[in-house]
Amino acid sequence: MAFVWKRLLGTIPSLIGVVVLTFFISHALPGDPAAYFAGPAANAASIENIRATLGLDRPLPVQFVRYIGDLAQGNLGRSLTTGQPVLTDLLERLPASLELSSFALLFAIIIAIPMGVWAATRINGGVDHACRALVTVSAAFPTFFVGLLFVYIFYFLLGWAPQPLGRLNEIAYSPPPHFTGAYTIDALIAGDWPVLRASLAQLILPAISLGLFALAPIARITRAAMLEALGSDFIRTARASGLPVRKILMTYAFRNVLLPVSSVLGMVFSFLLGSNVLIEQVFGWQGVGAYAVSAVIASDYAAVQGFVLMMAVLYVLLNLAVDIFATLVDPRVRFEG
Amino acid sequence: MSVVTLARNTGYAFGENRLTLVAAIILALLALCAIFGPYIAPYDPLVTSATTKLARPSALHPFGTDALGRDILSRVIVATRLDLGMAVSAVALSFVVGLALGALAGYFGGWTDRIIGRAMDTIMAFPLFVLAMGIVVALGNSVANIIIATMIINLPFYCRFARAEVNVRRELGYIEAARMGGNGALRVLLNHIVPNILPPMMVQASLNMGWAILNAAGLSFIGLGVRPPTPEWGIMVSEGASYIISGEWWAFMFPGAALVLAVFSFNMLGDGLRDLLDPRKRV
Repeated sequence: MAFVWKRLLGTIPSLIGVVVLTFFISHALPGDPAAYFAGPAANAASIENIRATLGLDRPLPVQFVRYIGDLAQGNLGRSLTTGQPVLTDLLERLPASLELSSFALLFAIIIAIPMGVWAATRINGGVDHACRALVTVSAAFPTFFVGLLFVYIFYFLLGWAPQPLGRLNEIAYSPPPHFTGAYTIDALIAGDWPVLRASLAQLILPAISLGLFALAPIARITRAAMLEALGSDFIRTARASGLPVRKILMTYAFRNVLLPVSSVLGMVFSFLLGSNVLIEQVFGWQGVGAYAVSAVIASDYAAVQGFVLMMAVLYVLLNLAVDIFATLVDPRVRFEG
Repeated sequence: MSVVTLARNTGYAFGENRLTLVAAIILALLALCAIFGPYIAPYDPLVTSATTKLARPSALHPFGTDALGRDILSRVIVATRLDLGMAVSAVALSFVVGLALGALAGYFGGWTDRIIGRAMDTIMAFPLFVLAMGIVVALGNSVANIIIATMIINLPFYCRFARAEVNVRRELGYIEAARMGGNGALRVLLNHIVPNILPPMMVQASLNMGWAILNAAGLSFIGLGVRPPTPEWGIMVSEGASYIISGEWWAFMFPGAALVLAVFSFNMLGDGLRDLLDPRKRV
């Protein structure tokens, strides 16, 4: 438990760093937020006026204190396009993004770990080659391009997937009663099977195209860690003692895979949160990423900054969760920390 | 390494791994497109035509035409310069800045190290693509700012790499000797340490190129930096995306394939270079 507290305290510098850098990006860089807020029709006087109301004419330290005060009250400013507070907008759309990312991660883990284990037990076998090909492909393909390819193949050519226009075909179905905000889970809670089916059908393609890219690093690291474990003395001893292969693989070797996998998860999350933006754009998924993209196009300054801050905080928290998970699976980490 | 050994090793790396050779050839072709693009392209990439909207690939237009009747092959060729240019400049910038910061942090340690290290940790505390979006929006929507943003999100990798390499070498005998000989810190760094860490850094850079291309293209895919009608692979994919559901696949497929080809070649070349310089790291 002491370690968990220590690790919790350890996130504070990261959070401070995130807030300072976000402030720096939004206030100290040469771009002029006052000009953005004033809109294209503004003249010098109205821009000056807005600058004063936003407090942008004050010295940077004063602005920083004000920024921290606003953050403490959950005030991320008001979106130009929706007219609502940015935080409200983001929280409204966050469940959709989390739903997509979680399914992608789930898909990746379910496929990648058995694949990596299999590849390590049969080097240069079929699965091993598939594993290697997947790593190469995922390093060379842009996520958005893979998403579009899937739409072309599975929607247009094969007709297996529904039209890639968001989370639910709202003409045919009405969204389930709001509970978590994730349509699949809400439909499950409401026991509304047709809606569950329909929302899963919408979710599969984006989740797989996002998950494929998380799959490759996890499979690669599982394979490497498994190979290392299988080559070690205690496995040799276990084999010599005549233990069943299944027990050797699952009980003895596999445990050593969990730590490397949890350490690669940090990178996977960074990737997932970033690529979410692109995939949501491709599939018309109404999450925070699509919101940020429309904010980018409309030069909706506060909305983009709020989005960046929220993703960074989320990322710091996810890394924290991964670290705590690592200490649970491998007690050695506690002593190193 | 003498020139003869280098040539022999290069021959070995290419002979051993055909993919590296293929990658080098593709990259040479892409470089030709980047340099002579506007002269090679069969059509003007910006000229629209109302009569040939969304024409299928044919002998006249091998890659078809887009929604405004522009020849996609020409646009893909002309875009090479911008796409590779953005990635090369971003990687070059992060290489130089990261090397400088990392070398200072690794050589001097103490507060220099702590401040630089903390700054890099802060960059790494963001999902990198999201940070790049935020930077481009704050700096203003332009190609130069895409390069700066891509440079910043790449910076920590180079900085940490250089720091670790310098740190190892700082206490070595020949560096002690150089210091004893009365060389100042800057001179020791520039003349004795940096030349030794350049080769591994170069491998890092070539492995990193593909990622830089993907990032820059991703940013322009969501409408940052490059403005239409400028030909650029990411924005062309995004323009072509609207016609997928009606089956006009060529408008997004060819610029996307160009992206994949470029990134793939850089990755393969990076792997080949790594094998050449450090055969032990082979996997």
